[in-house]
Amino acid sequence: MPVIEAVGVSHRYGERTVLSEVTVRLEEQRVGVVGANGSGKSTFARLLNGLVLPSAGRVTVDGLDTRSQGREVRRRVGFCFTDPDAQIVMPTVAEDVAFGLRRRGMAKADARSRVEKTLVAYGLGGYQDHPAHLLSGGQKQMLALASVLVTEPALLVMDEPTTLLDLRNAQLVARVVAGLPQQVLLVTHHLDLLDGFDRVLVFDEGRLVLDDAPAAAVRHYRTLMT
Amino acid sequence: MTSTIGLYVPGSSVLHRLPAGTKLLAMVAVGVLSVFLDRPWQVAAALAAVLAGYPVAGLPVRVALGQLRPLVWILGFTAVFHVVVNGWERAGVVVGVLAALVLLASLVTLTTRTTDLVDAVVTGCRPLRVLRVDPERIGLLIALGIRCVPVVAGLAEEVRDAQLARGLGASPRAFAVPLIVRSLRHADALGEALTARGLDD
Repeated sequence: MPVIEAVGVSHRYGERTVLSEVTVRLEEQRVGVVGANGSGKSTFARLLNGLVLPSAGRVTVDGLDTRSQGREVRRRVGFCFTDPDAQIVMPTVAEDVAFGLRRRGMAKADARSRVEKTLVAYGLGGYQDHPAHLLSGGQKQMLALASVLVTEPALLVMDEPTTLLDLRNAQLVARVVAGLPQQVLLVTHHLDLLDGFDRVLVFDEGRLVLDDAPAAAVRHYRTLMT
Repeated sequence: MTSTIGLYVPGSSVLHRLPAGTKLLAMVAVGVLSVFLDRPWQVAAALAAVLAGYPVAGLPVRVALGQLRPLVWILGFTAVFHVVVNGWERAGVVVGVLAALVLLASLVTLTTRTTDLVDAVVTGCRPLRVLRVDPERIGLLIALGIRCVPVVAGLAEEVRDAQLARGLGASPRAFAVPLIVRSLRHADALGEALTARGLDD
């Protein structure tokens, strides 16, 4: 599993500090992140593939610094956003899944064959030429996932991927995530998705306030919310 | 988000099989030649020729009409303007040429995968490298443009629904401001997603 390290990480948007002095080392396969809205958990997730660079401190993935080696980091770290509509960049399903492969210079024919296999694996077989925006919410999130996973990242960071989904689709995403061989860092408000996770981080007002097993972390998070 | 304007429809017609570069070049050539159309019969012939392409591509006529629906207001305004300023004949020519060009461009995108279009544009733009223009960027720009048509149409639908739900009626400002704000937010999120998916690498 990749080793994620944040050392003395703080982040500010203008005058507002959203993350303060976070130091953590993560090497487990399943890591959960919970916290209230505005607690800094999404910023923390974005730090892990260099989408956000820390105002202070250092973030590394497998020893690669997100500041100076962003390209190498992003090849190892896939990112799945809350809203799949904002993540789907090509008009049709197969084209969107192929996007990341083509950006990495894969030949068209190789990309096509890998895309076909990926679409079947994520329940989108037969949707190759389907307009992406006409998929259902659950299908869009599966497409977003497929588009990230087709590039075979070692770590998948997911920022509230089930927030916009109904229960059935949220469970579908949870099942897919549970079966992934990759290391997964999941930011979520759906606490039941954290069952079976190795470790859960609790953020509050920009600080990492607890780092524990899921049951203890969820208990603490519930206390914070009352 | 239900708009399907101009999006690829799979098929195996002769138009589907034509290389994307050939279709693009033909479209540009017709666009240039259209400035010489100044008789109603010429425009009618051009419109008929373009419309004939739809059944050839296995697309029903309603698909062709669907491509013009978003332009009804623009075509209507243009027609009224030219009727007042230049008379009926000129109005017919201008509106007819506009409609024919939109129908032709739609026919190209309806019968060509976006990736094929992008590849053709990238190939065509390679000589621009000497001017330090990145052909891949131009191709991506086109793909994103096509992708964003249904997204913005969907946002407009949502804003209109919100307007109606709040009883705001047909207020242009109440429609335009949230649509622009939401489109910019979407652009921000799209930029972040492109970075996450390796665009800047």
